[in-house]
Amino acid sequence: MRHIISLLMENEAGALSRVAGLFSARGYNIESLAVAPTEDPTLSRMTIVTSGSDAVIEQINKQLNKLIDVAAVMDLSEGEHLERELMLVKVRAEGVVCDELKRVTKNFHGRVIDESNSTCTIELTDTCAKLDEFLQAIDRKLILETVRTGASGIGRGERILKL
Amino acid sequence: MELTGAEIAIRCLQEEGVEYIFGYPGGAVLHIYDALFQQDKVKHILVRHEQAAVHAADGYARSSENVGVALVTSGPGITNAVTGIATAYMDSIPMVIISGQVPSYAIGEDAFQEVDAVGITRPCVKHNFLVKDVKDIALTIKKAFYLAKSGRPGPVLVDIPKDISNQKTAYSYPTSVNIRSYNPVGKGDSAQIKRALQMLLEAKRPMVYAGGGVVLAGASAQLTELVRQLGFPCTNTLMGLGGYPATDKQFVGMPGMHGTYEACMAMQYCDVLIAIGARFDDRVVGNVEHFAQVPRKIIHIDIDPSSIAKRVKVDVPVVGDLKLVLEQLLGELRSSKQKPNASDMATWWKQVDEWRVKGGGLRYKNSTEIIKPQYVIEKLYEITAGDAFVTSDVGQHQMWAAQYYKFNKPRRWINSGGLGTMGFGLPAAMGVQLINPGATVACVTGEGSIQMNIQELSTCKQFHLPIKVVSLNNRYLGMVRQWQEFFHGNRYSESYMDALPDFVKLAEAYGHVGIRIDKPSDVEPALKEAFERKKDLVFMDFQTDPTENVFPMVPGGKGLSEVILAEDL
Repeated sequence: MRHIISLLMENEAGALSRVAGLFSARGYNIESLAVAPTEDPTLSRMTIVTSGSDAVIEQINKQLNKLIDVAAVMDLSEGEHLERELMLVKVRAEGVVCDELKRVTKNFHGRVIDESNSTCTIELTDTCAKLDEFLQAIDRKLILETVRTGASGIGRGERILKL
Repeated sequence: MELTGAEIAIRCLQEEGVEYIFGYPGGAVLHIYDALFQQDKVKHILVRHEQAAVHAADGYARSSENVGVALVTSGPGITNAVTGIATAYMDSIPMVIISGQVPSYAIGEDAFQEVDAVGITRPCVKHNFLVKDVKDIALTIKKAFYLAKSGRPGPVLVDIPKDISNQKTAYSYPTSVNIRSYNPVGKGDSAQIKRALQMLLEAKRPMVYAGGGVVLAGASAQLTELVRQLGFPCTNTLMGLGGYPATDKQFVGMPGMHGTYEACMAMQYCDVLIAIGARFDDRVVGNVEHFAQVPRKIIHIDIDPSSIAKRVKVDVPVVGDLKLVLEQLLGELRSSKQKPNASDMATWWKQVDEWRVKGGGLRYKNSTEIIKPQYVIEKLYEITAGDAFVTSDVGQHQMWAAQYYKFNKPRRWINSGGLGTMGFGLPAAMGVQLINPGATVACVTGEGSIQMNIQELSTCKQFHLPIKVVSLNNRYLGMVRQWQEFFHGNRYSESYMDALPDFVKLAEAYGHVGIRIDKPSDVEPALKEAFERKKDLVFMDFQTDPTENVFPMVPGGKGLSEVILAEDL
């Protein structure tokens, strides 16, 4: 099953490789990993999308907690949460194609952030699944580049991950 | 007053009460060695290879309650140390390794003797640090010691670039350390402990399975009291030997691949299993699916939550410091009116005793013609009155030592259980002998393993370490040969040790005493002579039966009840 794990860790050189190394050394999946400092610059917040049996997910949580630099871990998928991913897509788009693309983009609440004579770049922020849907909705042959950040997640309401 | 980074590093070691460090100098640690030279509190043991420095620090830690310390240079210094670090990591040994690094301004430029020490050791340390500012050295070393010995212990690396060790700053050693993201556990949850006790008291076929965690936590006394009060059978893993007295009647021997028949069967067919500081290693429970076919309740006490429910399902997990948790459990037991059901216990012990008879005990066919390796260990046990520190290398000799030397005290059996590192025994014995001066230290080894760090005979000479090397020389990589005999159609691919040196002459060349023993009748006299030479290192080269195999044996991938006894083949 797919899980979204959030964690807070010391914002130090090497902390990211400890997490990435843990996943590769123990054979766990990483679908995506997003990381950046928080409002407290000494801490980084990481969102990992992974999958595995309940036993594997339990081990992942325990092994992450065991890393000295990791201060807190929360499996967001165990409760109510939100996830968002940012995607930039550059599409070959001229004339009618461009108009059609803009219509689809509007339906997906995206926006066009760059246009040239022959290309159109779209920005879209939504759940991973919704971004996948968008890619299905446009003509795949026209896609020039896709850049995705990987999911970032946060608990709903009073579900808070903070030190 | 301002001190250099190197002086600070040495002062920190003094503050931590470090008496001996093991190391090898080189370019990147020259400042640290210079600081070491100018003081006399911390004594340095010059090894002949960095791997041995780490193993020696490891043996030092295992046989005492101290943190072992090793000092190596950058590049090949640290890469040579990696095997030692991984060995300590797998067995949760508290250790601090200080490595020199190329100057900070040269990092990343492929400088001479540069290697990413923090990167290369990351998967085999509890934690590691690269010191980037001389002001951070004292706090980093303080943290390293704290991390190494608290919680689940383990090795911690501190990598210090050469320029940092030469810069000056004001020095003061921090009195305390706080790492916000690291909070080792203490006592266990009392509700869980009550549940565990209830489960134990209601068990019809209970079994105590105690591992190396008991030794590391210093909880042998608590374990022993608990087992005796409950009257249950107890097994110790390879890492846990000595955690419960081996000569006690409730002890059923070691479980697992080369464990006793009764320990394997009792593990398999108990209805309540309490695992204490053990981790259901593949060499202990064998095939986990096979193990799970027999229903049983499992209580698991461990300091590391990630060890619980990793390989088997657990009914009552208890996370905590074993010593404290066992004391809590004993407290609950004392105040409980209920006792284990006497008739259930009698029935269960009858079954265990039947297994003891069926297994026939640890046994081998002795010979008057050829030396049986098990016989050497039995005699070693007798002659040292069961009170020696025994280090071992890895292979058949390790299993025979674990089987036939009865350890009644913790920290007496020093071996590489998790990583299985050949070459561990001799350097580990050096560390053991240094922290236990005057004690009898035997290194049980084979002609294969000993050659992986035999250069340390030179270190032993320099520092007058009267270790007794008991080499079971069967001219084969015995455990490899055994597997090839059983599972690879007797095709002994590269397991024969041809062109062996004359170990007697070799020992003599290093300035030690060497004895070659060919006949069974010479085994006892040779051991006696060797152990009477209190001041000498004696290298005993026992010419043993090359065809002898280790039994019982649970073949890889098989279940515990599929154990093969000697006569089954």
